[in-house]
Amino acid sequence: MDFANFLIQLLNSLQYGLLLFMLAAGLTLIFGIMGVVNLAHGSFYMLGAYLAWALAARFGNLPLAIVVGSALAVGFGWLLEWLLFRHFYHRDHLDQVLLTFGLIYIFEEMRSILWGDDVHAVAVPEAVSGSIALTDNLSYPVYRLVVSAVCIALALGLYGLISRTRLGMKIRAGAFNREMTEALGINIRLIHGVVFALGVALAAIAGMVAAPLSSVYPGMGSSVLIMCFVVVVIGGIGSVRGALVAALLVGLVDTFGKVLLPQIAGMAVYMLMAAVLLYKPEGLFKQ
Amino acid sequence: MSTRRLVLTRSAALIGAASSGLLLPQIVRAQSDKLRVGFMLPYTGNFAPLGVAIENGFRMALNEQGGKLGGREVEFFKVDDESNPAKGIENAQRLVQRDKVDVLVGTVHSGVQMGIHKVARESGVLNLIPNAGVHIATRAQCAPNVFRTSFTNSQPTLALGKAMVADGRKKAVWITWSYAAGDEAFEGFEQSYTAAGGTIMKKLSLPFPNLEFQALLTEIASLKPDAVACFFAGPGAAKFMRDYAAAGLNKTIPLYGSGFLTEGVLDAAGDAANGVITTMHYGDSLDTPVNRRFRLEYAKAFKLQPDVYAVQGYDTGLLLIRGANAVKGDLSNKKALYAAMEGAVIDSPRGKWTMSKAHNPVQDIYLRKVEGKQNKVVGVAQKAVADSGAGCKLS
Repeated sequence: MDFANFLIQLLNSLQYGLLLFMLAAGLTLIFGIMGVVNLAHGSFYMLGAYLAWALAARFGNLPLAIVVGSALAVGFGWLLEWLLFRHFYHRDHLDQVLLTFGLIYIFEEMRSILWGDDVHAVAVPEAVSGSIALTDNLSYPVYRLVVSAVCIALALGLYGLISRTRLGMKIRAGAFNREMTEALGINIRLIHGVVFALGVALAAIAGMVAAPLSSVYPGMGSSVLIMCFVVVVIGGIGSVRGALVAALLVGLVDTFGKVLLPQIAGMAVYMLMAAVLLYKPEGLFKQ
Repeated sequence: MSTRRLVLTRSAALIGAASSGLLLPQIVRAQSDKLRVGFMLPYTGNFAPLGVAIENGFRMALNEQGGKLGGREVEFFKVDDESNPAKGIENAQRLVQRDKVDVLVGTVHSGVQMGIHKVARESGVLNLIPNAGVHIATRAQCAPNVFRTSFTNSQPTLALGKAMVADGRKKAVWITWSYAAGDEAFEGFEQSYTAAGGTIMKKLSLPFPNLEFQALLTEIASLKPDAVACFFAGPGAAKFMRDYAAAGLNKTIPLYGSGFLTEGVLDAAGDAANGVITTMHYGDSLDTPVNRRFRLEYAKAFKLQPDVYAVQGYDTGLLLIRGANAVKGDLSNKKALYAAMEGAVIDSPRGKWTMSKAHNPVQDIYLRKVEGKQNKVVGVAQKAVADSGAGCKLS
């Protein structure tokens, strides 16, 4: 591998890592603050992708579809929290797993009824459909850079929200000590609703933004769910900063694993996870 | 669900009739007069459209014969195999033991096929494979009662190598998922490409069903081969072709593949698939009287355009008709039944084909090129391609 190639692969891994972060951020947030293990997180990614496809077909405009889709996702997350999840915060993790496992099937079936079982493509918006020549025969699609930029913007926004705003302070306080926070007159139920809706929206946005790259197909949620959990576990459950570092690490290991050690490419990421857990059983950034 | 309930009430009625058999012997006889055909196919999940197409094709073949097999009425039983290998044996046994089917038609997924295969070998029930291309079913573990009407995973790529070298592509990179179907497709490619004088520069793979191709596309660009050959199928195939084109590789390095690369995903792949060349035993645009008639009738009957899976289902029906007619519906006359099926020449929408000694089709493999969201048949890549049947002791 020459140096130019090395840099391109670095870019590939960065881009994959950032996308993974956006997927895993919502999962780790919901777990860290409400203590809910949400297996249905991948389904939100899938629903997002299908929303992007359906809305883009209706409006003929992907950015608009993403804005409308995000609003729908927030509403959907809010509704789910109010209907189901708030009754499970104090339950056993096993109950939560059963609930969210069931939800995976319900969402798959909903998707099948609403949109059918076909594979669909979402067109890349005209303005960013070009590509940049990297070498004499390889070019890099501009849209991939856009996806990375969106991920970075969301990561910064999330960081700002949690560590710099009043709402973020309340969220952190609620995660730290629920009773005390309530005693101080903060509506913790409202906070939970906000965090859950945010988590759902993050996964859905990841699905919408990635739709033109990944195409849209049944079962796409389950393919990302495991990687999400790997990222969350490596990063330390509940830590958003940990998820970012872990996602970038996983992107790096996955990309270079495929090129340098193709025989163990399927295992490389899990070996990383095992190694991290061996030395830091609670993940890189303990909450 | 309703079918399952129907089957349940029917079996309940059957048990009732059997227990009161002394009183009503004629009912029992009337029931057993029907030939029992079991479909074990995916009716839910990603492969559901394939299962439906296969059943449609099969029923169409039977309906052209007045819905009878060897003069006997036919009763159908259905099990959704969910493409779940863990339930393969259990589901096959439900059809064989509970429903007592005379023929088991199934299935799509190779892993599930191995479950059916075990049950078929142990029970001796006639099994017709309408899709799954797993090698071993018609190689080392071939069986007198198991017939395949589709392909082996290496059959399409067995015709690919010669076509690529003929195009002047002498150095190629191979890429696929590292799983059984990918490895088996590689076997066909390696054999045909090296025999034709081509050199495989590198064999790239990624874990199934990983869809992050970017790292490997970068690798391909730096290797600068004359062409890339691949095996991908389903949604992953669409994404691979899109990523390949987005990386600009399609401008300098033509993409070849086993035909599954471009089946059912051309809408999703869009312009990225233009110019992709594949080899397979069928092409929608095949211009023969049999295919034209088949496509017209199928579209009329099911309000759906047929695909390669519908053809395979149709051929499964044709093969069974040959066998059943030869023994006048008495499927227990196994020797004559198998002999008739082994000797059958199937006049299929894909062209005429025969059975190999290991019970796999000997068939023409077509060269197809994607143009405007269609697989255009360019010509015959290789005539009468047979799987090696290595290790099969049937003769």
